[in-house]
Amino acid sequence: MRLTYIARRNLVSKPLQTALSAILLAFGVGMVSLMMLAERQMTEQFERNIKDIDLVLGAKGSPLQLILANVYHIDAPTGNISLAAADKIMRNPYIESGIPLAYGDNFHGYRIVGTNESYPNHYSVELSKGNLWENAFEVTLGATVADKSGLKVGDHFFSAHGLTDGTDVHEDKTFTVVGVFKRSNSVIDKLILTNIETIWGVHAGHENSELSEEELYASREITAVLLKKRNPMAILTLPNLLKETNMQVALPAIEINRLNQQFGIGAATLRAIALLIMALSFASIFISVFDNMQARRFELALMRTMGGTPATLYKLLLLEGGLLSLGGVVLGLIVSRVGLFVLASAIEDKFQYDLGDLGILPTEIYLALGATFVGLLAAALPAFKTLRMDISKTLSNE
Amino acid sequence: MIDVSDVSFSYDGVHELRFPTFSCRNGGKLLLLGNSGTGKTTLLHLMCGLLRPTKGSIIVSGKDLGGMSDRELDNFRGRELGIVFQQSYFVQSLTVEENLALPNLLSKKPISSKDLKKRTLELLDRLGVGHKSKSRPKDLSVGEQQRASIARALVHYPSVVFADEPSSALDDTSTESVIKLLEEETANAGATLIIVTHDSRLKARYSDRVELTTTSSSLNHV
Repeated sequence: MRLTYIARRNLVSKPLQTALSAILLAFGVGMVSLMMLAERQMTEQFERNIKDIDLVLGAKGSPLQLILANVYHIDAPTGNISLAAADKIMRNPYIESGIPLAYGDNFHGYRIVGTNESYPNHYSVELSKGNLWENAFEVTLGATVADKSGLKVGDHFFSAHGLTDGTDVHEDKTFTVVGVFKRSNSVIDKLILTNIETIWGVHAGHENSELSEEELYASREITAVLLKKRNPMAILTLPNLLKETNMQVALPAIEINRLNQQFGIGAATLRAIALLIMALSFASIFISVFDNMQARRFELALMRTMGGTPATLYKLLLLEGGLLSLGGVVLGLIVSRVGLFVLASAIEDKFQYDLGDLGILPTEIYLALGATFVGLLAAALPAFKTLRMDISKTLSNE
Repeated sequence: MIDVSDVSFSYDGVHELRFPTFSCRNGGKLLLLGNSGTGKTTLLHLMCGLLRPTKGSIIVSGKDLGGMSDRELDNFRGRELGIVFQQSYFVQSLTVEENLALPNLLSKKPISSKDLKKRTLELLDRLGVGHKSKSRPKDLSVGEQQRASIARALVHYPSVVFADEPSSALDDTSTESVIKLLEEETANAGATLIIVTHDSRLKARYSDRVELTTTSSSLNHV
């Protein structure tokens, strides 16, 4: 038998008190840990998707909406812009390259995006099966789309109008799956890619066949262009160029910073609540150890008569506090994983975002060590009394 | 051997309890008899090294307790002494058998866990509570608790066993049985037995006894 065993038995013999302290600590640690995990993964995904996109050209409206809709595909677009006007911006000497995007339909909630091969190339996405689309109405599926929809190369499907709704189905236009991308943990995983002509084709009317090529070009619209600048002057000059048009350019880095700041207030509040719960749990451990010492003073005095030194008893009480804290911390880390799993399911369903990485973060190790240390400290303070315990008085004071 | 010589003790620095000089040979048995307020428990605590005398010397098992540090006293108590308290104290979260393993754990006596288990079960069986070895102390009757605490006082082969009011709450039959058990088990272990009590029923049993008088400062050795 070891001291650890006695400490464990002492904790188990008071299940309600032990459970209350452990659950409080688990909730505190769990909330902080969940926020760390969610924040880290969202930041990583945001950064991964923003990769080398300096500016987004799109219809006037909320710049943040423009970024969320066209970089992350989690919001509705601000509108359409003229292809000819967009081409003109892409040819601007301050612009190095542009990726055109056109969309307005979905399949089971997954967006069908018209673009060119520079879009998958930008995220270094490789094919796992089949080929890249070549002709109109041929599509290549993102990895998640293929997994969740069950579609495979050679399959056909119909798209639905809008970005989430599946009611208004275009049954006269058949899409054919020609390839599937490998998982890249980028936004491509959740998209169905095709060429822009497909998107125009889905919504084309009979009147288009009567237009000349020039008139047709002038009438074409796209949703946005992801731009890479050649020169920092692009950021200063483009907004002026677009002043009199229905277009705008938004800077993803700035908009995401703004978004983080807005989220930050809520996150800071949640973090403060979590820290408060943790502080309560430490107070609970303090009270629990103090209370146990009072209730068990005869037991502790008895152990002294059997050769237990003050240091041994101090160690025993510290072990009880330590085991309680450690239990709470481990439970907290489990709680945060369960929380993240639930959150991930909700976010994935709503925003097509994946937060499934349940690995331990380095900051969580600090959190666990810190919480265990403070838990030990909360036990150490009342346990200090054992060092000065008068055994004779305690045993006579019956 | 126990040798108490000219010992006095004061709780408040004003009033002093003076104790008679007496001794007890190794393996012997001695009764310390006195009414309430005569300092019986104080004397017991002094002999166990839980209190330090203001004056005089106490030698237990050849060791002068006055010359020992607190840590040495803790070790000595754990290794050499077994104490049966008037009230049966136990660590309530542990089973009876685990409670009996405590003296060994705390005093770090080199007894193998196999030998310890064998001795524990033997002692509990002899004392009639072997069937309660896996029970929690609270599930034992008062009599069973007392027997288990006698077993705990003997389990680590102490050289001296102190019993504080072992018969105070017992009728004549139970008193006879408990005292007999204590005497038999300490004799089996070759340990010295010191019984501290106010129970005059035990007077006739012990020729070797110290009677403490009602005035705390005047004590007589019979």
